[in-house]
Amino acid sequence: MVQAMTLNPGQAVGEAAIRIVDLYKRLNGKPVLNGVNLTINRGETLTIIGRSGEGKSVLLKHIIGLMKPDSGSVFIDGIDITRMSGRSLAEIRRRFGMLFQGAALFDSMTVDENVGIGLREHTDIPEEKIKATVKEKLAQVGLFNIENIKPAELSGGMKKRVGLARAIAMDPEIVLYDEPTTGLDPINADAINNLILHLKASLKITSVAVTHDMVSAYKISDRIAMLYGGKIIFSGTPEEIRNCDNPIVQQFINGQARGPITDNENNR
Amino acid sequence: MRQVVRIFGEKAMFFLHEAGSYSLLTMRTIAAIPQVFRRFRLTSEQMLMMGVASLPLVLFTSVFTGAVSAVQAAYQFRGYVPMRYLGTAVGKAVIIELGPVLTALVVAGRVGAAIAAELGTMKVTEQVDALETLALDPVKYLAAPRLVSGLVMLPVLTIFSNFVAILGALFVSIFFIDITAYTFLNGVKLFFDLKDLFGGLLKSFFFGGIIASVGCYHGFRTYGGAEGVGLSTTRAVVLASVLILISDYIIASILFG
Repeated sequence: MVQAMTLNPGQAVGEAAIRIVDLYKRLNGKPVLNGVNLTINRGETLTIIGRSGEGKSVLLKHIIGLMKPDSGSVFIDGIDITRMSGRSLAEIRRRFGMLFQGAALFDSMTVDENVGIGLREHTDIPEEKIKATVKEKLAQVGLFNIENIKPAELSGGMKKRVGLARAIAMDPEIVLYDEPTTGLDPINADAINNLILHLKASLKITSVAVTHDMVSAYKISDRIAMLYGGKIIFSGTPEEIRNCDNPIVQQFINGQARGPITDNENNR
Repeated sequence: MRQVVRIFGEKAMFFLHEAGSYSLLTMRTIAAIPQVFRRFRLTSEQMLMMGVASLPLVLFTSVFTGAVSAVQAAYQFRGYVPMRYLGTAVGKAVIIELGPVLTALVVAGRVGAAIAAELGTMKVTEQVDALETLALDPVKYLAAPRLVSGLVMLPVLTIFSNFVAILGALFVSIFFIDITAYTFLNGVKLFFDLKDLFGGLLKSFFFGGIIASVGCYHGFRTYGGAEGVGLSTTRAVVLASVLILISDYIIASILFG
């Protein structure tokens, strides 16, 4: 079983798609990330779990460079993106796709324009081919004949799936999922889980998902890491986390209202 | 005393920080202007929203601006200045000052608020973040088209405003001040100077840039959901209005001082 991740200077970096080293971040004067160390291997699906407000989304935004840390580094294939900006960071980002918690679809654009925006802006692919690709990506997420609809007319589940189609439209190497099943009914949530598994199998992408939905975490993950107190306190397979003897981890994954997590909060 | 110094210091630091952030964003947006022609559809949509859609409001404002200018000028002239100069006074006032400034203020309230609200909503719903994850620069994609639209459409609206205001003044002069159309229009032509017109349009050029850049600045800095969007909208209108009045004074001093 792999316990809390610490940086091993001798560890080979070649297999790691993403390596987070000693990441610190304060927001509004409060420490959110307090020395996060984490490695995500190429082709694996890692899910980061933790309580609401623990900093999971903040960590995810550091991986794609939407936030800069106070100290520490984020390596993408050995390149430290925390020191990057502008065009060089944009080049790295083209290797990513991201599904936001609320899908973050562009309100003024149709579904076709949303999904195809990356292809239209970054490639010289002819318009007919782009439309065909958009149709194909929407079909992959189980949506048909909605290209001309605006996001306001879509249900929550459909928005998430369109967001996912947009995230994979450019065939990224790495996909980030921010609370992919939050706000969805159990049927739509499981549909998203199945989509994530299908994409992993068909596109062989590296995935990082952030969630507090344990059903989703168990279903989609190769490894699960728990963020608590600004650090990764556990990282292992779903089986390992179920058998973990860390009481903080056990309280969270079993959904217990009382335990060391809530005792610590009451004592603050 | 310490408290006063501390508060003053905090306010000064805050002002400098805001001024610096605004300046940096504006410089980045100006640098992105050449890219606007790659995606001209975005700019033309903004021109429609800022310019064409503002015409009814500018028409309404300008008619009454011209009308009240004529009434006030006639009141002040009565017994001192011959009425044949009424058109001159109204023309100068409208072209140099009232047309550019009042047009800018009403457009700031409409368009500046709309820009801040739209970009603020995009910010709080993570659409701006989504653009960045798609390797698209929000400054190039969102701010630059709006800046170009403001720089182009405010002078256009000002020309329209000037024309309508003078028509409004003409109407009032004929029907309420008992001056013939010939007398009024002759007065407008009498001391007309192209420098006045270009000076007014130069003002409106800068005003358009202020409205767009301030709207974008507050929009991008929005946080805190719907309340945050409301705050950003209000701040954008207030700041744009203040900067319009300050820059009006500066430009007038340079051109006409």
